[in-house]
Amino acid sequence: MENSINSENNKYVLELKEVSVSYTPGKNAVENVNAGIRENTVTAIMGPSGCGKSTLLRAINRMHDLYPEIKTTGEILLKGENIFKMNPMKVRRLAGMVFQRPNPFPTMSIYDNVLAGYKLNNISLKKSEKDEVVEASLRSVALWDEVKDSMNKKGTFLSGGQQQRLCIARAIALKPEIILMDEPTSALDPISTNRIEDLILELKEHYTIIIVTHNMSQAARISDNSMFMYLGHLVEYGTTKQMFTKPKDKRTEDYLTGVFG
Amino acid sequence: MKKTFFSTSKYRLAKSKIFFYIVCFFSTLTMIPLFLIIWELIKRGYKQFNFSLFTEVAPTSMDAMLAKISGDPIPGGILNGITGTLLILVIAIIIAIPVGILVGIYLSENPKKKFSNLIRSLADLLQGIPSIVVGIIVYVWVVRPMHGYSALAGSVALAIMMLPMIIRSTEETLKMLPTSLKEAGLALGGSYTLVVLKILLPSAFGGLFTGSLLAISRVMGETAPLMVTALGATIVNWNISDPTSAISLLIWEFYNDPNLAPLVWSSSLLLLFIVLGINIFAKSVAKKWKIQ
Repeated sequence: MENSINSENNKYVLELKEVSVSYTPGKNAVENVNAGIRENTVTAIMGPSGCGKSTLLRAINRMHDLYPEIKTTGEILLKGENIFKMNPMKVRRLAGMVFQRPNPFPTMSIYDNVLAGYKLNNISLKKSEKDEVVEASLRSVALWDEVKDSMNKKGTFLSGGQQQRLCIARAIALKPEIILMDEPTSALDPISTNRIEDLILELKEHYTIIIVTHNMSQAARISDNSMFMYLGHLVEYGTTKQMFTKPKDKRTEDYLTGVFG
Repeated sequence: MKKTFFSTSKYRLAKSKIFFYIVCFFSTLTMIPLFLIIWELIKRGYKQFNFSLFTEVAPTSMDAMLAKISGDPIPGGILNGITGTLLILVIAIIIAIPVGILVGIYLSENPKKKFSNLIRSLADLLQGIPSIVVGIIVYVWVVRPMHGYSALAGSVALAIMMLPMIIRSTEETLKMLPTSLKEAGLALGGSYTLVVLKILLPSAFGGLFTGSLLAISRVMGETAPLMVTALGATIVNWNISDPTSAISLLIWEFYNDPNLAPLVWSSSLLLLFIVLGINIFAKSVAKKWKIQ
């Protein structure tokens, strides 16, 4: 496991090839990123504010398509298929996303929130299938026991940490290949953060997770591999253990030891 | 530094107190007209504000004169006006709300496009067009081709007047929704249409509902555009292609007939109550559905 990125027994589920993203023409917020991500791993993307972490993450589910001024170049292969040649809706079903602030749909009940992905894709399920998806999804985020008697209450009725777990349940209800998390615990208290971190480790069994985080100790706790980004460049990518013990790049070392941040 | 009265904190406190009282005084002053209007209408209208106001059509000038001579209260009511206002408004709502909401969605989704700026300016201009001008245009567009005055023509005129308000309130409400809501919907692989229909519009429902109610209450008392479109009727009419009365039209008719003049007050009182009621209801809905 020392060098799980390059080991051959796991194939890449996601490959980034020369990915660049620009908000204004001629100025790249993410430049020429190359990386491969293996199945059932947790990859943390670290770096100081404004280094392009979230920008890179949002390129993976084509979120940048919503903003015409943002240009993405390069190739992103999801299970070997170039996402820029796929229907963006399909890409987003395969790459679920969890946002910085918990954002359950305010008009929907807890039950409907979990099923929102199906509704928004016009996939109709039988009542029994719905119940199954809801229960399985909520169980896998350890929320089932807390909410099973209040399924019809609004999702916004839950606490912040519960809301975030609901949002994770909403993402995994569609059984995605990978889950993209954009600082999912930055708006939560330490106890809720802890629960989400435990959950990420459990979800790793079935999903590939990429998580953007500001919090270095969080990256150390939960990730197998880490990327360090600085000024739009992917400075270093390796196993988390190696990066935290013997960083190859001076900039990574400076960041990890708090020279800048 | 030598302390003078003008540099002491006492002076500054006094100054801010005086300013506070001036602000309070003028704030109170602005409420006076509303209470005076309500008081005046109640004082003059309560005698005629009875059950028959809601159940009978407007009396003829002759009936009113006979009642006046014998000292009885004037018979009849404004049922034809109430039903007419209802009919005209319902059709106006059916025309204006879907169009207004769709345009509002377009504006909030494409805020920076040149076409959006154009629509936004046009909507503002439309709001500034005198209501009688709207009425006359609708006369040319609807009344003439249909060969007659009609409730439908009145509705078209009111719908045109409601549109800018609905467009802008839809746009403002949708703009207040956090972007993460739309992104969350799309991140689940939702199509744009379904995200708008199933997430954005329901989340904005409170704002859209309030905006529509306020637009309705704003055009409810319009008289001039209805004179040249719906014309008026002495009977209860439910046919959209026939001339139809409205509360505001009846007030104008009563005003022009000395025998019917007392009915002006009770009808105005009713109209005012309805409009105020809608406004208060709209405000309470807005509070309840406030976006978190």
